[in-house]
Amino acid sequence: MTYDVIIAGAGITGAAVARELSRYKLKVLLLEKEAEPAFGVSKSNSGIIHAGTQNSPSSVKGWLCVEGNRLMREEIAADLGLNFVQCGQLIVVFDLADLPELEKIKKDGEALGIKGLALVDRAWLEKNEPNLGPEVKAALHVPTAGIISPYRFVYALVENAVKNGVDLKTSSRIVGINRIEKGGFYVEAGGTVYTARFLVNAAGLYADELSALAGAPTFKITPRKGEEYLLDKKREHIASHIIFPLPSKASKGILIIKTSDGNPMIGPTAHDVDDKADLATTDEGLAEVLSGVRRMMPSVSKSDIIAYFAGLRPVAGKDFIIRHEDSAPGLVNAAGIQSPGLTSAPAIAVMVCDLLKKHGLKLEPKAEFHKLRQRPAHLFQLPLEEARKLIEKNSAYGDVVCRCELVSAQEVRDAIKRGASTLDGIKFRTRAQAGRCHGGFCTTRIMKIMQEELGFPVTALTKRGPGSELIKDERK
Amino acid sequence: MKERELVIVGGGPAGMAAAVAAREHGVEDVLLLERDQHLGGILNQCIHPGFGLHHFKAELTGPEYADRFASLVKEDPNIEVSLRSFVVKLTKDRELSFLRPGSLEEIKARAIILATGCRERTREMIQIPGSRPAGIYPAGLAQKMVNMEGWIPGKEAVIVGSGDIGLIMARRMALEGVLVKAVIEIQKTSRGLVRNVVQCLEDFGIPLYFQHRISAIHGRDRVEKVDVVKVDDEFKDITGSGFEISCDTVLISVGLIPENELLEMAGAEIDRKTNTPVAKDVNLTSIPGVFACGNACKVYDLVDWVTRDSMLAGKMAAEYLKAK
Repeated sequence: MTYDVIIAGAGITGAAVARELSRYKLKVLLLEKEAEPAFGVSKSNSGIIHAGTQNSPSSVKGWLCVEGNRLMREEIAADLGLNFVQCGQLIVVFDLADLPELEKIKKDGEALGIKGLALVDRAWLEKNEPNLGPEVKAALHVPTAGIISPYRFVYALVENAVKNGVDLKTSSRIVGINRIEKGGFYVEAGGTVYTARFLVNAAGLYADELSALAGAPTFKITPRKGEEYLLDKKREHIASHIIFPLPSKASKGILIIKTSDGNPMIGPTAHDVDDKADLATTDEGLAEVLSGVRRMMPSVSKSDIIAYFAGLRPVAGKDFIIRHEDSAPGLVNAAGIQSPGLTSAPAIAVMVCDLLKKHGLKLEPKAEFHKLRQRPAHLFQLPLEEARKLIEKNSAYGDVVCRCELVSAQEVRDAIKRGASTLDGIKFRTRAQAGRCHGGFCTTRIMKIMQEELGFPVTALTKRGPGSELIKDERK
Repeated sequence: MKERELVIVGGGPAGMAAAVAAREHGVEDVLLLERDQHLGGILNQCIHPGFGLHHFKAELTGPEYADRFASLVKEDPNIEVSLRSFVVKLTKDRELSFLRPGSLEEIKARAIILATGCRERTREMIQIPGSRPAGIYPAGLAQKMVNMEGWIPGKEAVIVGSGDIGLIMARRMALEGVLVKAVIEIQKTSRGLVRNVVQCLEDFGIPLYFQHRISAIHGRDRVEKVDVVKVDDEFKDITGSGFEISCDTVLISVGLIPENELLEMAGAEIDRKTNTPVAKDVNLTSIPGVFACGNACKVYDLVDWVTRDSMLAGKMAAEYLKAK
């Protein structure tokens, strides 16, 4: 199979690049090593659409973040039917002596073109964010920041890219890359050899290995672990903004993160680790997160926690690496995409397309690009009257499967029709199993729907792909 | 908005007993809402015997116990049963909205009994560190898989917590040919019934480790092993006491949490520690005309006592309606 461009990795970066390239008359293949898109770095993302603050005005990522934020607010959320909420952000200080640091963040942000930044005092905070603790003295208000579901962002981009002609192959880990003398690459993945003139490396944690495989061993990815803890939806209104402390060198600190699905999240930690598969949470991580958060908001309690996970940020130095590798002509790296990668992705995609064009790829717009994607129905996002209309049209929307998060049988079927093939894939798309009972009530029902829709025996159903089978044996 | 005399939320043993008793005490119109496709609730998956020794003076299985009440409910034309009906909203004025296939219904009830049962505490709530592979199940979910669906979740299991569900599932898994390697209990004693410790573990040679905890779960895609460590009286790890158990399945049985999210939505006072209604007596809530019974009111160890107290709830609702 011959393509103009192969994209390695269907996380947020690869998905955004795929959709951007799908505007043009090109044959594009998106390869993902996991069973579904968004199962790597992206699945543990906090879901913050950053404004662009806390980045140096001289950094690439600062500019990409500001542009990605604009694209989300002005185009993408509406076009792709995403539940983006522009809740704003506060960067708080515990000591008025730190005000000059907030001033610096404000100045740097304004240099990047961020609008509406304002220092707010204790009285403003008491009125607008009453659960903040007494130690918080002042804050920088960042109104353009917001939140989104990170995986549903990826799924929306991938669905739209596929609708516009991109081929998606999952469970296709790239095992070999050979350069073609006249230009381009042979790429072996999932038992097939593909050829392509250009290769875009959006392989997340494995981008260094992939770049080396393609002939450009030019950087190293270090995984930096972040543990995050999700709170019960009952605590949804604990905060109205995303709340940050002053950033440190390694990270933006331990945050209180509103999520677009309601459950507030606390975290993440930031510790470099050696193992690219180390997704374990730890007793120490929990203690660090709780103590960090309680300083800002003392009422957060350990018993509010309903779930936790760890993610790994792919770190390659301070900035993103987005460049054509002259030592491997045709290879464009989009690597080291740690925070604010989710926000920046649409802007990274435009930058990658420009690089491809500069190195000889012809970008000829398609006569018809379907930029819109129909928003999937989610009961939990609907007012009751709209839910009624939906249920009267299709009765299965009234058949509730997941009681904690209010997900119907039809939403599970919709998710499978849109590409979910694993229990986690269904969770990320619908929220079924993501609530306080952790699937205790709905897992068997979902698995039965999966059997019906996918035609698999129960022993072939997995949590997140081969190896994670859920059931070992069936008594008939 | 339709008016109803008494609406009962939950068609498990508590809701059914409350419905029957309310009718006995003169309530003319009962609507019983059940989210599943059958009445009976969790009893349907409890296929072991031991139910009904007090209430029926007979040893029944869970489904048999449920069936006796389901027959009474179904025979009574003044009890309307609505299955696959899920309540999404409750107000303090006893207005209630529920979804069922094909419709959203809104009702104003003169009295409401919440018999919404419990959910299981999860691995997340006791914060077991480690990875999150397939093969970690709440014990009640595993019970549903094995008993209702015939799905055997694994080959080698470790069970966390020695409450009744954990003990019963240890035996159930052993009977299905699963090698149950250990039951791990952080306390000094079991919270389960003595008869379950004897019949479910000792008779099957399953080791029970008191004052131990799982300090980590390992495995990328599926559980591969767990780390176990002994703890002292303050639940602190004892250095050097750690060991590993290889297994592909971990069942979590660390207690139950009353499901009172509807009551909370209606603005009733809830004890944040136990998640139960704050009220001066059993079956009451802080909202007049809204009652809670069965495991939603407090966690019971025997269904017979759920029946006894839920029948009282039915009577209390009837008296409330008469006095109005």
